[in-house]
Amino acid sequence: MLAFTLRRAIQAIGVMIAVGVIAFSMFRFAGDPVNQIVSLDTPAAEREAVRKSLGLDDPVPVQFARYFANAAQFKFGVSYQFRQPVANLLMERMPATLELAACATVLAMVFGILMGVYSALRRDTILTKFFQAVSLIGISLPTFLIGILLIYLFSVTLGWLPSFGRGDVVRIGWWTTGLLTLSGLKALIMPSITLGLFQMTLIMRLVRAEMLEVLRTDYIRFARARGLTTRAIHFGHALKNTLVPVITVAGLQFGSVIAFAIITETVFQWPGMGLLFVQAVQNVDIPIMAAYLLMVSLIFVTINLVVDILYTVVDPRLRSTIRRPA
Amino acid sequence: MSVRQTLLAAATASILAVAMAPASAQSLRYANQGDLKSLDPHTLNESTTHAHLAHVFEGLTARDKDLKIIPALAESWETPEPTRWRFHLRKGVKFHNGDPFTADDVVFSADRVRKKGSNLQTRIPADAKVVKIDDHTVDFILTSPNPILNSQWDTWYIMNKKWAETNNAVEPTPAAATTPSFASLNANGTGPFTVESHQPGVKTVYKANPNWWRKPEHNLKEIIFTPIGSDATRVAALLSGEVDVIEPVPIQDITRVDSSPNAQVLKGPELRTIFLGMDQVRDELLYSNIKGKNPFKDIKVREAFFKAVDVELIKTRVMRGLSTPSALMIAPQLFKLSGDFTRPKLDPDGAKKLLTEAGYPDGFEVTMDCPNDRYVNDAAICQAVVGMLARIGVKVTLLAQPKAQYFAKVLKPGGYQTSFYLLGWTPGTLDSHNVLYDIMGCRDDPKSSRGEANLGGYCNKKLDELADKVLQESDMAKRDLLIKQAYEIGAKDFGYIPLHQQALAWGVSKKVKLSQRADNQVLLYWATKQD
Repeated sequence: MLAFTLRRAIQAIGVMIAVGVIAFSMFRFAGDPVNQIVSLDTPAAEREAVRKSLGLDDPVPVQFARYFANAAQFKFGVSYQFRQPVANLLMERMPATLELAACATVLAMVFGILMGVYSALRRDTILTKFFQAVSLIGISLPTFLIGILLIYLFSVTLGWLPSFGRGDVVRIGWWTTGLLTLSGLKALIMPSITLGLFQMTLIMRLVRAEMLEVLRTDYIRFARARGLTTRAIHFGHALKNTLVPVITVAGLQFGSVIAFAIITETVFQWPGMGLLFVQAVQNVDIPIMAAYLLMVSLIFVTINLVVDILYTVVDPRLRSTIRRPA
Repeated sequence: MSVRQTLLAAATASILAVAMAPASAQSLRYANQGDLKSLDPHTLNESTTHAHLAHVFEGLTARDKDLKIIPALAESWETPEPTRWRFHLRKGVKFHNGDPFTADDVVFSADRVRKKGSNLQTRIPADAKVVKIDDHTVDFILTSPNPILNSQWDTWYIMNKKWAETNNAVEPTPAAATTPSFASLNANGTGPFTVESHQPGVKTVYKANPNWWRKPEHNLKEIIFTPIGSDATRVAALLSGEVDVIEPVPIQDITRVDSSPNAQVLKGPELRTIFLGMDQVRDELLYSNIKGKNPFKDIKVREAFFKAVDVELIKTRVMRGLSTPSALMIAPQLFKLSGDFTRPKLDPDGAKKLLTEAGYPDGFEVTMDCPNDRYVNDAAICQAVVGMLARIGVKVTLLAQPKAQYFAKVLKPGGYQTSFYLLGWTPGTLDSHNVLYDIMGCRDDPKSSRGEANLGGYCNKKLDELADKVLQESDMAKRDLLIKQAYEIGAKDFGYIPLHQQALAWGVSKKVKLSQRADNQVLLYWATKQD
């Protein structure tokens, strides 16, 4: 087990270095950072001085090596645009993104499971058809469009919810939260729905399909034959068995919720890490781009590692294959 | 009190605070497409940043609503000899922290703005000496006369020497800073507002400065600034009344904002001139099917291009009426005699003939470089130009890219890699010399900075001579005539194809009265808001 975990951890480091290499080779196509730092009429000599001071005149492999040597010591450099340490900027923005991602996931889980169960049990009702229509919208409409539609409906037309930002936040230590103020909660509603809609429809469809599958199995029939109540059969036995794959998928999706928050954060001007990243791309702010990509790959790698380990804990059949890798 | 109780109390308190906050009278909420990236006034030479910091800092001079230079921290100034400028400083002015403003602060700021890491080094000539005469008099001693020395001083802001020394902010914050900079997060100026809080890229709150030396025109107690990058969200925030002022309003949303009950669009001509340029340096174009020669070296080809481009059509179709076609490479507000110039008439047939005479009866192929996120409808303008040139047989391949890639390719560090391009230019000095030197000057001397933004390398030595005379001439009437001669040479050579000045479009709540300045600086100290 230890060997397995170690091997996985080493693989994870490999993945992160690969992400770094790919990212660095792509930064060259993002444009010239110096142009974003100085104005158009800055003399060439001054531009060169800036380029040199940033170490951008070194070959890419040298820049890459230097970056990783620093990153290994948790030094992520200073943002070109804001002239602040990248680590501080990311930490400042992290609570906003994590709160949004958590809210979106909870929303997706709760409504996804409820709608999934309902549509599996009552297959031909109007409400089921409505849920399926909603899930089709959630799967097929792009996130930014959903966000803008929500803004126009609830902010511009009805005036119920704020169209942008995070509202008032309360500071607890280094963490800032919008969950404790009315305006913060109101500001959270639309971005959470926008971000969670895709996951919600995914979970709903998954629950529905699994539930239908489970309801056909023998042990459900036996349970019925034994005279258990429908309620106990549906929720005590069928739903419980449905949830294993659902939790796996939701866990894996949490990484992509954080990563895809970029679009939602841009539409709602949500002051999170995704927005910081988008602004960094537009301004060729390489330190922020690099740190963000590394962090997202760390999140993905960690989640996958945890899921892998959990699998072996949950499912004894996997353990034997681990001992004897094919 | 347990953690839970504390949290509950905090929640209740904040809900109460939200509920009890007075209707936001005099609190103006402003959203801009761009961020306020640094509070250090010498870090970034960019007009959005200058406009923001103008609420906090002041220069020796300022510009009024019509861009006329007016006294600010200097009450008056004179030039006893052409190379000596004497500034008499305003007495009784205090910085936000209470320190008095004196000549030491001016000398300090003049040094700081010229230091390494400053992006505004050209505000004051590097070899100029700044001498304190007494506490309220400063002399600037130059090595050569410069009649427009103070033309950009409205955005060269004065910092407090003592404050900078105490807070380790003597050096300007360079882009490659290794330590967090105090001055980029904190500000101590003399201006109408103080910085209450600043979270880069998220939110900045300004509070009115009760001790400002000028009598305020505004009735605001605070300004809350949020950057909103997404166009649709910014417009939605204005329409739903969550912000009072936005900049810019995208052209396609103008009608909608104007037809809404609570907001309108403030429109006006901007100073930036949008133009097309052609590579006239290389012996063979980088991106063309003509090998062994460069068609743009032939004045007839350039004239043909000029006469094939229909600026009126661009105005009505692409810009939806929001542009002013231009005969010159400078906006009419910035040059007195611009009325003497008219654009040569649109003449596709004549253009075709010119091409035939030049030896290209069937036209030729060329690639056009164009930014797609820099100027108003930039890529759409380029597409229109492609169609117009197709009518005279020139096949243009359009390469429209985001500004980061576009500028990396076409500017000097990228090796001027373009054959045909679209660019916009506002002379930083708001004066013609900048245009004649940076855009229309020859770039054949590698040691000189002349013509560095002349991406096509148009060159006429006579124009350069005139530009040098313009720099020295202090008689304004004579100076204008010299400038006019220079522009006439440029027009006769068809060195560039000026298209238009784009329009400003600010979205403003009907509760707010605001003055719009043609350099697109949103200055809210001229704003009033009613309940």
